[in-house]
Amino acid sequence: MSDVIIDVQNVSKAFGGVKANTDVSMQVRRGGITGLIGPNGSGKTTLFNSIVGYHPIDGGSIRFEGQEISRMKVQQIARLGLLRTFQQTRIYGAMNCVENMLISLPHRKMSLWDALKTNTREDYEKADQLLDFVGLYEKRYLMSGDLSFGQQKLLEFAMALMNEPTCLLLDEPTAGINPTLINGLIDRLKRANEEFGITLFVIEHNMRVIMNLAESIYCLAHGQMLAHGSPDDIQNNQDVIDAYLGAH
Amino acid sequence: MKQKKVILYTGALLLTLVLPFVMPDFRSQLATLWLMIIVALTWDMTGGQMGYNSLGNIFFYGTGMYVAAVVTIGMVYDVGEYTSAHGGGITNFTDEQYFTGMFVGIIAAGFFCSACALVIGWLTFGLRGPYFAIGTLGVAIAAGELVSNWDWIGGGQGISLPVFPGDLEIGKIYFYFMFAGTGVLLFIFLSWFYRTRFGAAINAIRDDEEKADAMGIHTLRYKLVTWSIAAFFVGVAGGITAFQLIHFEPLETAYQTINLGIFMVVCVLLGGKGTLWGPVIGAILFHLFKEVTWNYLLGWQWVALGALIIVTVVYFKDGVMGYLMHTRPEWFGIRVEQKAAREETT
Repeated sequence: MSDVIIDVQNVSKAFGGVKANTDVSMQVRRGGITGLIGPNGSGKTTLFNSIVGYHPIDGGSIRFEGQEISRMKVQQIARLGLLRTFQQTRIYGAMNCVENMLISLPHRKMSLWDALKTNTREDYEKADQLLDFVGLYEKRYLMSGDLSFGQQKLLEFAMALMNEPTCLLLDEPTAGINPTLINGLIDRLKRANEEFGITLFVIEHNMRVIMNLAESIYCLAHGQMLAHGSPDDIQNNQDVIDAYLGAH
Repeated sequence: MKQKKVILYTGALLLTLVLPFVMPDFRSQLATLWLMIIVALTWDMTGGQMGYNSLGNIFFYGTGMYVAAVVTIGMVYDVGEYTSAHGGGITNFTDEQYFTGMFVGIIAAGFFCSACALVIGWLTFGLRGPYFAIGTLGVAIAAGELVSNWDWIGGGQGISLPVFPGDLEIGKIYFYFMFAGTGVLLFIFLSWFYRTRFGAAINAIRDDEEKADAMGIHTLRYKLVTWSIAAFFVGVAGGITAFQLIHFEPLETAYQTINLGIFMVVCVLLGGKGTLWGPVIGAILFHLFKEVTWNYLLGWQWVALGALIIVTVVYFKDGVMGYLMHTRPEWFGIRVEQKAAREETT
């Protein structure tokens, strides 16, 4: 099995005249935590959407576990075990947290016959454990739509874990989360990576978070790959500093 | 809680068994009530539980009627000859032919409608929200027009089935139990179905289909299966109605988009979308309201019905069950769980 789980080669994507991604190449290492940073509007979420199949790309190639996925639809890619969370959190608001978790059971591993079974005791226990893991245990029978934004974000993360993905793409997991909770979240992301063996690919604006979390960081600016390296390299890279602070 | 449930369900079942004998004058009314419950429950499967508001479920009702009739007649006579004679002279069916025909016809109606739902669903499930509603409504209207021009099955004149052999009152009881049996089966099926992972998945499609896609749920597969199950029961209900009515025609009875096609939606809205009991409660309330106004407000009955629809849609969208869920959330298990409770149990 190759060491690279997501292999993006020369991907370009334009929306009319706006070139959101130009010739972007990058790799996500299996079992690791890779970060993606960049100023607002630099094309991070576009790249995410290209990878998970929300829109067709104009050129280039995207491979997941060696398989070309750039022409596949969202559901097909999700069924391969490549999952994403959303920047604007998406949960099922009219259901309680446990129901949200149970829906997130990996349907890709289920035949129609399996789907017609009721949830087992283990499923409930797993849901409870993961809700406990993200600190939502007390609220698990509340309507998830009534939770705060930060709690919904945690719930979405727990749902993603419930789905047992091979690789998880997280779009700004700490945005809108209380600063004191952020440390806890970093810890949980790391544990998810280590204990459950899930490869993480994270978009993040919070520098402190990404520098603590990722082992390999890519930086996008104006739709182009600006830099790649370890957190230390990125922190000391003059191009990255210029892109964020604006060089004259 | 469990005990209360047992009492409730036993009571409901007893009532179902006893009512046609306690209220002999209302046997046909009660049969129609069960028909309303069936179409409301099946409409809620897609409309309430899956978020696909179909206005075309009446298609399965009409198609079920026709399939049941054609199969029953076809087993004994040539359908074209039978319909062109308008039943004249060749309406003789032995008891055995009648009951075998009915059994086979109704089952065939169910399966045929299921297959139709797969095809129509495959074509229309790309539509969302109001577009799906209009698209399916179009299918039902088009089907009605096509059938009314198809002479082989009687065209606009409709089709006549043999009369129930035996006493008229026995016939009424017979059809009542056909509907009630189907309804009870459907209710039991749904109370299990909504508890499965499949049920949860269609709820996910309702709440956020894009998210469901992104989680790898087989959305199209689940949508098709759900609708085809709903279509099966509507087709069966249509088939039973065909025998109950004896004679029916395409536009006003079979593909009655503006009557039953809308009533089933109103029943569900009135009772509460997306709940198991909502459609049942809604169908009962709606049927009562309709029969009372048809009797005591004759001439104004459509106005009263329109007013009911408007009030329901504007002020009472969540229906009876939705109202209860807002005012009595604890009845539905919405609560804060204390951490200590977990430690105790584990």
